[in-house]
Amino acid sequence: MDTLLLSRIQFAANISFHILFPTITIALGWVLLFFKLRFNRTGERKWMDLYLFWVKVFALSFAMGVVSGITMSFQFGTNWPGFMETVGNVAGPLLAYEVLTAFFLEAVFLGIMLFGASRVPGWLHTLATFLVAFGTTMSAFWILVLNSWMHTPAGHELRDGVVYAADWWAIIFNPSMPYRLTHMLLASGLTVAFLIAGLSAYRLLRGDRAAEVATGLRFGVILGAVLIPAQIVAGDMHGLNTLEHQPAKVAAMEGNWETQGNVPLLLFALPDEVARENRLELGIPSMASVILKHDPAGVVPGLDDFVAADGTVLHPPVAAVFWSFRVMVGIGVLMLLVSWGAAFLIWRRGVEGVPRPALMGLTAMSFAGWGATLAGWYTTEIGRQPWLVQGVLTVEQAVGDIASGMVATTLVAYLLVYAALLAAYVGVIFHLARKGGRYDAPVASPGMQPAE
Amino acid sequence: MFDPVALPLIFAALMGVSILLYVVLDGFDLGVGLLFPFADEGERDRMVASIGPFWDANETWLVLAIGILLVAFPVAHGDILTALYLPVAVMLIGLILRGVAFEFRAKAPLGHKRPWDAAFWAGSLMTALAQGFMLGMYVMGLEWTWAKVAFALGTAGALAVAYSFIGAGWVILKTDGVLQRKAVGWARGGIWGMVLGMGAVSVATPLVSARIFDKWFRFPEIVALAPLPLMSGLLVALLWLALRRLPTANDSFAWFPFAGAVVLMVLGFFGMAYSFYPYIVPEKLTIWQAAAATESLAIILVGTLVVLPMILGYTVLAYVIFRGKATKLSYD
Ligand code: HDD
Ligand code: HEM
Ligand code: HEM
Repeated sequence: MDTLLLSRIQFAANISFHILFPTITIALGWVLLFFKLRFNRTGERKWMDLYLFWVKVFALSFAMGVVSGITMSFQFGTNWPGFMETVGNVAGPLLAYEVLTAFFLEAVFLGIMLFGASRVPGWLHTLATFLVAFGTTMSAFWILVLNSWMHTPAGHELRDGVVYAADWWAIIFNPSMPYRLTHMLLASGLTVAFLIAGLSAYRLLRGDRAAEVATGLRFGVILGAVLIPAQIVAGDMHGLNTLEHQPAKVAAMEGNWETQGNVPLLLFALPDEVARENRLELGIPSMASVILKHDPAGVVPGLDDFVAADGTVLHPPVAAVFWSFRVMVGIGVLMLLVSWGAAFLIWRRGVEGVPRPALMGLTAMSFAGWGATLAGWYTTEIGRQPWLVQGVLTVEQAVGDIASGMVATTLVAYLLVYAALLAAYVGVIFHLARKGGRYDAPVASPGMQPAE
Repeated sequence: MFDPVALPLIFAALMGVSILLYVVLDGFDLGVGLLFPFADEGERDRMVASIGPFWDANETWLVLAIGILLVAFPVAHGDILTALYLPVAVMLIGLILRGVAFEFRAKAPLGHKRPWDAAFWAGSLMTALAQGFMLGMYVMGLEWTWAKVAFALGTAGALAVAYSFIGAGWVILKTDGVLQRKAVGWARGGIWGMVLGMGAVSVATPLVSARIFDKWFRFPEIVALAPLPLMSGLLVALLWLALRRLPTANDSFAWFPFAGAVVLMVLGFFGMAYSFYPYIVPEKLTIWQAAAATESLAIILVGTLVVLPMILGYTVLAYVIFRGKATKLSYD
C-alpha cells in the first residue's frame, strides 16, 4: 500500500479512537455539574453517589481523550505537512485558540475537580466542575469550527496557492459550523444519556438496588428521550445545508446516480461504482425528494453530475458514505424507539416495574452513541473526498513524503495499542458498574472525598 | 510589535518558554514514572498521588509548544516532524500508555494493578528516551547517519536519567519518611547521568557546527558566556553536597534538589537556545524564513497575551492548592 492510503488509514484510526472519548466527556462534564448542583440543593445522598460514580468514568475518559488528542496534534506535521503549509494561516489560529482557551482550562481545573474536593471550599469545587465542562465544550467548538471550515471554506483568499485569512467572522461562522456544532453536541449528549441509562440498567439487572441506580436510569432515559427528536431535526437541517454546499456528498449519501425528480429514499442498496448503478434497491418512492426538497417531484443532484468530461470521478466513494449514513440514521431511529419505550414503561410502572428484557435492551445500547457518532463522522469525512479542504486542497496534495514502511509499522503499533485500551476501557467501566454503589465513607457536606 | 521582524521572534520565544516549561514540568512527572521499579506498591500509590493533580496540565505545555511550531512556523514543522517520524511515534505511544495507565491502575479490578504499573513505567521510559533521541538528532542537524544516531541514543539515555533526577527531587519535596530517604538515594544516583548528558550535548553542539563553535568561543562573547557553565558546575557541586546531608531532621532544604534540577535545566536550555538562534531547522531555516503570515500571527498573539497570564495564574493556583506533602489517596 502507498503512503497516501496508509496515512489516511492512520489518520482515520487515530481520530476515530480520539473522538470516542471527547464525545463522552463533553456532555458528561455538564451532567456532573448537574449532579453536583442537585446535591448542593437537596442534600440527598444519591446525587453525590451518582457524582462519585460518574466522575470516575469521566476521569478515565478524559485521560483517554487527552493522550489520543496529543497524537492528533502531531499527525499534522508527521503525515500531512501540506495541510499546514497551505491552510496554516486559517487552521493555525483556530488550533491555537483551542489550546489556549480550552485545553489549559480543562487540564488545570480537572486536577482541582478530581482531587481538590477536600482542599478547596465547596463553591470553588463546583466552579472547577463548571470550568471543566465549559472547557470541553470550548474545545469542541474550536475544532468543529476548523473541521466545518474544511468542509465549507469561507472568509479566505488564495495568494500563490496559499490560503490567507480575510474575514475571521466569516471563517468562524462558516456555513456548516452551526449545524455541525449542534449536531455534535447533541450526539455527545445522546452518547452519555445511553451510557448512563445502559449502565444503570446493567446494575439493576445484577440486583443492585441502591437509590442512585434508579435515579440514574430515570435520568439517562429522560435525557435520551428529550435529545433524540432534537437530534433528528438537527440532522435533517444539517443534511439540507450539505445539499446546498456539498451536493456530491448528499448524492453519495442517498445513493442517487442521476439528477432527477421523484428520488426514492433507499433503505437498502448495493452501490456499484463500476457499473455506476445500485443493485438490489429497496426504497420508499419519492421520499428522498420529499426530505431534501419538500416536494415529491423535487429534482435532486445525482452522482453522474460529478464526473469530468475525461471520465475522472470527482465525487466521493459511494458505498462507504451510503452505508455509514444508514448506520447512523438507523441507530438514531433505534434510540428514538428505545428511549421513548423505556420512558413510557418508567412512567407507567416505575423503575422497579421495568421488565428484564427492556433492561437488557438498554444495557445493549450502552455504547450505541459511539456507533452513531463514528458512522456520522465517516459519512461527513469520506463524503468530502477527494478534497481535504473542499475546493482548495486535495488529500493527495497534503500527504508527507515518508517511507510507506514506516507509516505501516507505526499504524500497526497504534492499532494494537488502541484495541487493547478500548477493551480495557469497556472492561473497567463495567467493572466499576459491578462494584458500584459501595461508597462506605459518610458524605457530610458539599466537600467530598477525593474522587479517585 | 506586529511587524514581520518582531513577530516571528516573539513566537520563537513563546515556543521556547513552552518547551522549557514542558521539560521541567512533565520532566518531573515522567521522572516519577521512571522511578517506579525502585518503589514498592504503597510507595507507588504515594508517588502517583504526588503528581495526580498536575500531570495533565504539565503535558498541555507540549501541546502548546507543538501548536506554536505548527501555527507559527508551518514549514519548519513539516521538516522537523517528518525527519523525526519514528521517535515521535514512540513518544506518542509512550504518552498514551502512561497517561491511561495512571487512571487504570486506580480503577482496574484488584490484582490488575501490577500490569498497569508496568505500563506506566514503560510509557514513561519510551517518552523520555524518544524525547532525548529527538534532542540528539536535532543537535546533529536532523540527519540520519550511524554516528549521529549513536549520539542521539546517548542523549536519549541522558535525558531519561535527567528526568529521573528531577523526579527524585520532586519525591523528596513531596514526601517524607522512608520514601523520602529512598528518593535521596535515587537522586544521588541520577545526578551523574545528568552531568554527563548536559556535558555531552554542550561539547557536541559546537563540534558539529562551525557557526555554533564560533558563537561560543569568540572574544568577547566567551567572557559573557563563561558564567553559564561555571554556574552549572557550582550548582552541581552544591547539589552533591546537599544530597549527602538530606533528609534533614526538620525537613529543611527538601526543596533544594528539585529547585537545583530546575535551574540546571533552565541553564542548559538557554545554552541550547543561544547556540541555535536564529535557526529553527538547524543550519537550514531561520525563524523568519519559516514563519507564517503576519496577520495570522498577530491574531494569535493578541489572544495569547490575554490568555497566557490567566493560564499561568490558575496553574500557580493549582500548585498552591496542592502544596505540602502528598498524602496517600485511598483507591477503593
Ligand atoms: C481538523 C481536522 C479534522 C477533524 C476535526 C476531523 N478530521 Fe477526519 N480527516 C481530516 C481532518 C479532520 C483530514 C486531515 O482532512 C483527513 C485526512 C485524510 C483525509 O482524507 O482527510 C481526514 C480523514 C478522515 C477519514 C478518512 C476518510 C478517507 O480517507 O476516505 C476518516 C474516517 C475521518 N477523517 C474521521 C474523522 C472523525 C471520526 C472525526 C471526528 C472527530 C474527524 N475525522 C474529524
Ligand atoms: C484533528 C482533530 C483534533 C485534534 C488535533 C485534537 C487535539 C486534541 C488534543 C491535543 C487534546 C488534549 C488536550 C489536553 O492536553 O488537555 C484533545 C482533547 C480533546 N478534544 Fe480533540 N482533537 C481533535 C478532534 C476533536 C474533535 C472533533 C472533538 C469534538 C468534537 C474534540 C474534542 C476534544 C475534547 C473535548 C478534548 C478534551 C479531552 C477530553 O475531554 O477527552 N477533539 N484534542
Ligand atoms: C436520525 C436522524 C439523523 C439524521 C437525519 C442525521 C443527519 C446527519 C447528516 C446529514 C450528517 C452529515 C453532515 C455532513 O454532510 O457533513 C450527519 C453527521 C453526523 N451525525 Fe447525524 N443524523 C442523525 C442521527 C445522529 C445520531 C443519533 C448521532 C449520534 C448520537 C449522530 C451523530 C453524527 C455525527 C457525530 C456526525 C458528524 C459530524 C457532523 O457533521 O455534524 N447523528 N448527521
